[in-house]
Amino acid sequence: MTAWLKDRAAIVGIGQTEFSKASGRTELQLACEAVKAALDDAGLRPSDVDGLVTFTMDTSEEIDVARNLGIPHLSMFSRIPYGGGAAAGTVLHAAMAVATGVADVVVCYRAFNERSGFRFGDTGSVLGGGLPLWLSWYAPYGMLTPASWVALHARRYMHTYGVTNEHFGAIAVVDRQHAATNPDAWFYQRPITLADHQASRWIVEPVLRLLDCCQESDGGAALVITTADRARDLAHRPALITAAAQGASSDGEMMTSYYRDDLTGLPEMGVVAQRLWEASGLRPSHITTAFLYDHFTPFVLMQLEELGFCGRGEAKDFATVENLSIGGVLPINTNGGLLGEAYLHGMNGITESVRQIRGTACNQVPEVEHILVTAGTGVPTSGLILSPPA
Amino acid sequence: MSRLEPSMSPDTAFFWEGAAHGRLLVQRCGECEALRHPPRPMCPACHSLSWDPYEATGRGEVYSFVMPRHPRYPGFDDPHIAVLVELDEGLRLVSNLCEVEPDDVTIGMPVEVFFATFDGGMVLPQFRPAAPA
Repeated sequence: MTAWLKDRAAIVGIGQTEFSKASGRTELQLACEAVKAALDDAGLRPSDVDGLVTFTMDTSEEIDVARNLGIPHLSMFSRIPYGGGAAAGTVLHAAMAVATGVADVVVCYRAFNERSGFRFGDTGSVLGGGLPLWLSWYAPYGMLTPASWVALHARRYMHTYGVTNEHFGAIAVVDRQHAATNPDAWFYQRPITLADHQASRWIVEPVLRLLDCCQESDGGAALVITTADRARDLAHRPALITAAAQGASSDGEMMTSYYRDDLTGLPEMGVVAQRLWEASGLRPSHITTAFLYDHFTPFVLMQLEELGFCGRGEAKDFATVENLSIGGVLPINTNGGLLGEAYLHGMNGITESVRQIRGTACNQVPEVEHILVTAGTGVPTSGLILSPPA
Repeated sequence: MSRLEPSMSPDTAFFWEGAAHGRLLVQRCGECEALRHPPRPMCPACHSLSWDPYEATGRGEVYSFVMPRHPRYPGFDDPHIAVLVELDEGLRLVSNLCEVEPDDVTIGMPVEVFFATFDGGMVLPQFRPAAPA
């Protein structure tokens, strides 16, 4: 793959609302607040913006966001599919747009009332109205939630490599430990122990306990992307987009890819990983800290293997609290992740990565060189490598 | 007991109509005869659009299984077993595993299909431990 995009674009502004369980305002308002905050952070005006990118699942129309912000013209807008798999993909599209001159300043946004409004984790998503065609192969059998779809896949991984639910507890403990010292996190000052994890009730036995499952949250987040040249004149140290990639793989479905020869990996993330490493010229050992999408803990272990941080079947030994905490081999999810900070569909992992590059994170990792960010797994997905300027 | 009713398209209706008649049907390519499930219009091996319904033996083994516990929904025992079956024909499908306690289920266990009728007359394929051959 070409490295043509390497370090040509940068994230120059980040914005977010508070993360809550009931925002008390519309999703459109959350989107506008996040976009305005990101532009203020970048020191840019709405009139500088000519591109917008969001998720296909987002309910806030580009033209409504532009109308509220007073953005006069848009020359580029695109949407990324597959739920949380879109997160880093928004940045890829924005970076391609600014690097090619199609747009000058692109804002990526995601905002929802995913707790107080439409909850992904509830059966309401499938009980109202007719089933979508793809879900007709699962819902009649009681496979009605993302947790159940992920668990049936992860169970085969556990069987193959001798992984138990206790191994997943390390991810939950690390996330909650980082959230405990992040005032933005819903679980601020509320760490958990492995014993707490093991005492939490089954959601899908014997794979997922309550503390293996991410939160459901209300909130919004936004990112401002422009060229690396323009970034030099702006307020903050830019987060250069060293590599960005999307990935889908053969015989896949949206969370129910049960038909491949092997169910012990996340081949979509394998596609992303290969492109990120090739395009950046980097290796896993070059990554200072990572945000690994943690909607469900088992897929964090499988990501570590797909990304090459350890070998196949070795994540159960690699993913210890010590290794994944600050000071460890690979500190992850320093904001607390989707389990600890908020479920912002992966966008809060990107904002956190930008803070790490600026040196302004609550849980700052020393001497950050390169950061890896992944988007939702078990679905077509995406990833980023961000770096500070040389 | 009630279950959520599947939606159907012209590509998939044969499966559910087969189940209503006690037959587990999958697609067989009209050109290269490759089997496939879930149903779709084109053969990924030879790109043929012609296919026929093919009756599977209904025998296979447990490839993966879980017990969804929360949230609860009507129409299911707690716990109930959601199973990914690998059929003898090499295809996989999701169903329920019945007539067995969760503690007695193992991955690789031989299973066989049967058909259960739910509220409204809907028929779903279900699986149970296979009778000795």
